[in-house]
Amino acid sequence: MELWFTEHHTDDVDFSIKIKKQLYTGKSYYQQIDVFDSYEFGRFLVLDGYLMCTEKDEFIYHEMVTHVPMAVNPDIKKVLVIGAGDGGTIRELCRYDSIEHIDMVEIDEQVVRVCKEFMPQTACKLDDPRVTIYYEDGLKFVRRKDNEYDLIIVDSTDPFGPGEGLFTKDFYGNCFSALTDNGILINQHESTYYASYVDMVKRTHRRIGSCFPVAFVYQAHIPTYPSGHWLFGFASKNLHPIYDHKPKEWAKFGIETKYYNSDLHKGGFAIPNYVKDVLSEE
Amino acid sequence: MTNQNNAPIYEAMKKHSQNRVVRLDVPGHKGGRGNKELRDFLGQQCLTLDVNSMKPLDNLCHPVSVIRQAEELAAEAFGAAHSFFILNGTTAAVQAMVMSVCKSGEKIIMPRNVHRSAINACVVCGAIPVYVNPGINKQLGIPLGMSVADVEFAIKQNPDAKAILVNNPTYYGICSDIKKIVEIAHKNNMYVLADEAHGTHLYFGENLPINAMAAGADMAAVSVHKTGGSLTQSSFLHIGKNINEGYVRQIINLTQTTSGSYLLMVSLDLARKNLYLNGKEIFAKTVKYAEYAREEINRIGGYYAYGRDIINGDSVYDFDTTKVSVHTRAMGLAGVEVYDILRDDYAIQIEFGDIGNILAIVSAGDRELEIERFISALTDIKRRFGKDPSGLFDHEYINPLVEMSPNEAFYSPKKSVPIEKSAGSVCGEFVMCYPPGIPILAPGEIITDEILAYIAYCKEKGCFMTGTEDMNIEWINIVERN
Repeated sequence: MELWFTEHHTDDVDFSIKIKKQLYTGKSYYQQIDVFDSYEFGRFLVLDGYLMCTEKDEFIYHEMVTHVPMAVNPDIKKVLVIGAGDGGTIRELCRYDSIEHIDMVEIDEQVVRVCKEFMPQTACKLDDPRVTIYYEDGLKFVRRKDNEYDLIIVDSTDPFGPGEGLFTKDFYGNCFSALTDNGILINQHESTYYASYVDMVKRTHRRIGSCFPVAFVYQAHIPTYPSGHWLFGFASKNLHPIYDHKPKEWAKFGIETKYYNSDLHKGGFAIPNYVKDVLSEE
Repeated sequence: MTNQNNAPIYEAMKKHSQNRVVRLDVPGHKGGRGNKELRDFLGQQCLTLDVNSMKPLDNLCHPVSVIRQAEELAAEAFGAAHSFFILNGTTAAVQAMVMSVCKSGEKIIMPRNVHRSAINACVVCGAIPVYVNPGINKQLGIPLGMSVADVEFAIKQNPDAKAILVNNPTYYGICSDIKKIVEIAHKNNMYVLADEAHGTHLYFGENLPINAMAAGADMAAVSVHKTGGSLTQSSFLHIGKNINEGYVRQIINLTQTTSGSYLLMVSLDLARKNLYLNGKEIFAKTVKYAEYAREEINRIGGYYAYGRDIINGDSVYDFDTTKVSVHTRAMGLAGVEVYDILRDDYAIQIEFGDIGNILAIVSAGDRELEIERFISALTDIKRRFGKDPSGLFDHEYINPLVEMSPNEAFYSPKKSVPIEKSAGSVCGEFVMCYPPGIPILAPGEIITDEILAYIAYCKEKGCFMTGTEDMNIEWINIVERN
């Protein structure tokens, strides 16, 4: 007998992982939550049938959404993380002693509970004293904030389901207000490889660009995400991801990473032509 | 006692579609085989069910079986003596009401802020509207309901009037004291007709303003498609015990289609069942969403989401709390500007924006997400566009000067003149922003400089103007005088 988890990456492309054991299944108010253990990728979290993070490759995603902004503005003190119920982003941020406070806003408390129990590799720092978790809608949380955060990381699910509101212009506009003058917004930006995602990437980039004077896209290789080629957004009020990159200062943090390094920081913003074309289309 | 769990049209259609009857009748698409692109777009089921009247499915113009039963169920659910299925929009229901009680030359008392369909009915049948000036909320710039004293005065001035038409509620959610109006109207041998285009939920929700049938009104036009869950264009016309059902049906049949859409009818049938069985819960959820939105929007600052706080015991006798009406002027934007920004920049379509206000329709079909997005977008719009409100037009309602009846004016010899040169003439057609579809000018009214300035302002702010023969609203038809 063989047990496989399959996610449809497109109508015609499937991605399957052989399962050792299902560790959890349950339905919250917002979504279906599953955790599996696998031979190749270790444990992994699935929401509404979409793979969110695996023990084997989560480091790529979580390093790329945290160390990139920290190397542009090493003075970041106060951070807002939206989504991120698996805890991986929080774990990476907690490695910086200089960060004073992290607010995490996750809509679904059950995801956090499940991850604390079954995904300790990522959820290990959710109880750090600098972290405050709010279980509410990110869209609602951020619109009440003004000039408060140096960094906002939108570690969301896809732009359908509970994460939908986090890909809207209203949300980005309210993030702009919530950020300080040196503030940076990092977001999960989907992928342009498969046609079905292209419109969303384009729209998202345009929406961020209409709110922020600086808006770039950078990339990483994430084997378990559709096409393996994944994008992130870097937006700010004035800091440029390359011109303001401070590799020497960042090196002083002495943080060891598995994926991120200062060469890759620069390289990440060098994106393929077909992605450039998508982003520059009207 | 009928059983509200039944849906006779639905059941008959289901049975019919299972019989696999050979279609040698209209519609000619024959279950979609004759128009494959349409079938693929709308779905096979939809085209299969698009059928014509036939014995097992009854006939809208002369209902004797399943449509009749469905009408009886609707009457019971809405507390009416009888109910009619109306498929030409609530416009047809409003017209049927007016034409059922007024003949040519007879008077009907109505507030000036009626929907165009009511004045249209006067154009068609020759009834003479007697306008009651709705109160105005100066701060919000919106027309209110009719005060009881104004109605009494209109009755005294026009004892020969046949009926009084009441908006219950207005587009903005404002209710007159309809119960009291019914009382004085009946005392003076006048019928009360209620335009409940925005009032379906009043029949099923709790803690909402009184519905027309419960208030004793004689007829009510209810747009079930607006807040009751049926398909666009489907409505009920309800009548009370003093109205002759057979005569009303004849009036309806003067203008209503003889090819009644079963898709629309079944949507009414199932909406009625759902409202009866689940309405209380549905509208409790709606009110909860709306109250939450109001609270949050008022917290943003600059916006004023009004609710029961504007009740004044008379021209705002009650307020429909399912409506999310927001005054935007104080943050320096016309309602219609906010309406456009919401759609163009935030992909949020709301119901309408006028000069000073916007209106969002919230329903049980919404989720928290939609409400949050609306509030967030308003927050962001204030950040991006908020400015000093001075220079914005501050009120909306202009008292009409009626020179001749809508019917007479509409059918008089007319000539077309540039709109800016029309002041002082008698208007021969309608001018309005749509929505809300309340005429700025109706046929028979004097065009004034104040009205022209208002029309120019609406155009400048981007209101969608309609009504004139000239699609660009640059020329207007005026009545030729000897």
